[in-house]
Amino acid sequence: MKPSPISNCERRFLLRAIEEGKRLDGRQCYDYRNVSISFGTEYGCCIVELGKTRVLAQVSCELVPPKPSRPTEGILFVNLELSPMAAPGLEPGRQSDLLVKLNRQIERCLRNSRCIDTESLCVVAGEKVWQIRLDIHLLNHDGNIIDAASVAGIVALCHFRRPDVSVQGEEVTVYTPEERDPVPLSIHHMPICVSFAFFQQGTYLLVDPSEREERVMDGLLVIAMNKHQEICTIDSSGGIVLVKNQVLRCSKITAVKVAEITELIQKALENDQKVRKEGGKFGFAESIPNQKITAFKMESAAVDTNNVEEQAEEIITKADPPSEVPVLYTPGTAQIGEGIENSWGDFEELEKEEAAEEEGEDDATAFECQKMEIEDTNMMEETKTDEPILLSDSEEEEVVILQPQELPKKTRAQTNLKQGSTSKKAFIKRRKKKRAAH
Amino acid sequence: MGERAAAPPAGRHQWEAAVLQEAKMAAGSGCCLRPFSCELGLLSRPDGSAAFLQGDTSVLAALYGPAEAKGNRELPERAALEVLLRPKVGLPGVGERSREQLLRQTCEAVLLGRLHPRCSVSLVLQVLGDSGSLLSCCLNAACMGLLDAGLPLASLFCGVTCALHPDGSLVLDPSTRQEQEARALLTFAIDSAERKVLMASTKGTCSVEEMQQCIAAAQSAADTIFQFYRDSIRRRYSKS
Repeated sequence: MKPSPISNCERRFLLRAIEEGKRLDGRQCYDYRNVSISFGTEYGCCIVELGKTRVLAQVSCELVPPKPSRPTEGILFVNLELSPMAAPGLEPGRQSDLLVKLNRQIERCLRNSRCIDTESLCVVAGEKVWQIRLDIHLLNHDGNIIDAASVAGIVALCHFRRPDVSVQGEEVTVYTPEERDPVPLSIHHMPICVSFAFFQQGTYLLVDPSEREERVMDGLLVIAMNKHQEICTIDSSGGIVLVKNQVLRCSKITAVKVAEITELIQKALENDQKVRKEGGKFGFAESIPNQKITAFKMESAAVDTNNVEEQAEEIITKADPPSEVPVLYTPGTAQIGEGIENSWGDFEELEKEEAAEEEGEDDATAFECQKMEIEDTNMMEETKTDEPILLSDSEEEEVVILQPQELPKKTRAQTNLKQGSTSKKAFIKRRKKKRAAH
Repeated sequence: MGERAAAPPAGRHQWEAAVLQEAKMAAGSGCCLRPFSCELGLLSRPDGSAAFLQGDTSVLAALYGPAEAKGNRELPERAALEVLLRPKVGLPGVGERSREQLLRQTCEAVLLGRLHPRCSVSLVLQVLGDSGSLLSCCLNAACMGLLDAGLPLASLFCGVTCALHPDGSLVLDPSTRQEQEARALLTFAIDSAERKVLMASTKGTCSVEEMQQCIAAAQSAADTIFQFYRDSIRRRYSKS
């Protein structure tokens, strides 16, 4: 799939609209799109929608040996993937630049800010620690991937429950979810990224750019902050020159947005926990609203399998028994020769032939060959009726055979038995001729 | 029958459970499909998208096509179909590749590729949750995605998974635990025109009779699934 480039008129239109303070979707310059969070049935699985940008995050954990430089700390591994479904231009294995940049930003936001207490992930110092793996998949690209990914990442980490572990001396016991309730991760704070797009060399500023706006922007400023107004990372890319006032203004806007988003996250997490505790239904199926016309739900349906056995018996009795004939698949392209004849059963005959060859006497060998000939004709009759079935994909109307097998008039001394089937064939044909002569 | 006579409003949940239990016993134990849900057109960038949920197993399918094919991928007489399946955790491995091939062969059997020569159709599937019967959920999501994208199809198809227990009983649409306890797991893709088998993938040992029984059960379950397709599409286009 090729990505379609943005046309010049579209570019001009967007820039002129931004100069007049208008955005394509009707937002104001500092407005964020709607954030909606839904959880799956597993712990640590969530889907975040930022407008139409959709991101899936999943957290999993594993016991591994720690890094030698930090023997008492757990490991957080973050992996962001741009799924080929997110946009037409994203092919697997061809997205290096954007992917590397996004991965690095997310890593800095979540790992370097130390939002997770990695010391609490240590089980046996120097030997076993928890490795927390966070996989983020972008499902639909409508701009501002980094914000959606950071929200999804932190929500998934807050939602995740790891198995409970107890250490008694040398023994480490990992409890299954049935034995002991899984334990949440210890999270210090929630860093959330907010993106700012700059246009016309920094004159105009838009918060949360959509995909079209991202294509025409000059530069991007990403600020990661938590609700305590601590800046976790700042990243400016695109080569724009920013003045101190602009950066301070952006950080103030970030503080406001982060407070709103953090409140939303807390509410969503609380709701989900309440539903799970009360034993209600949870998961992606429940987050699909019933009123949506594009969504349809069906309750558990019973399937009538009473006469399954009778149907099966009927089919088996009507079916033909499997044939003894070998079925060969040929590639169906140009063919040289008439196709192979099954000569695997003739191995013993071939050995006898070789022995006869070495003697080199026509009379003695003729007698032996007559014996073999009888066996051969029997076999030949068999092979005539049971010719191997050739199945091929060939779409050629006519099978054109190049170099059809000509009957070689060689004496047996000259035939090279190492050729296997061709010589065997020649041998049979010679025998046929001799029989005709008799 | 006595339960039906009881007043529904009072013990609604028990009444529903009792009806379901009756239906289960009538249909043969365990022959029950989990609750299905489907959402169409939920992604804005792909040409067609569908999320299919079977109980807790859910798969999101997205389609791009027919679009211009890359140089070496284009076929001169029909559309080139490419299937990508992405797991939720980790990188795609050999299991995903083999499922991709099964899906591709099933889709190629129904897709009228000859109407779009030298074009490419890309089907991308993302696993949102795996709780048993993943391959059949992928098949169902793929078919709904093809419908949503409006690609020309010779017929629809659906996926059904059967699990055979060591005692010989048959379970349709098994959960993860039922799959682990089963001695054989069979997945069939059934087409909508004549309920024929388009694809079969099996794991474990079973006899020929058992396999035919599973096929018959899958064909019977396919009726329910095709009715579900019909109802969701009808709902989708009820206001146009």
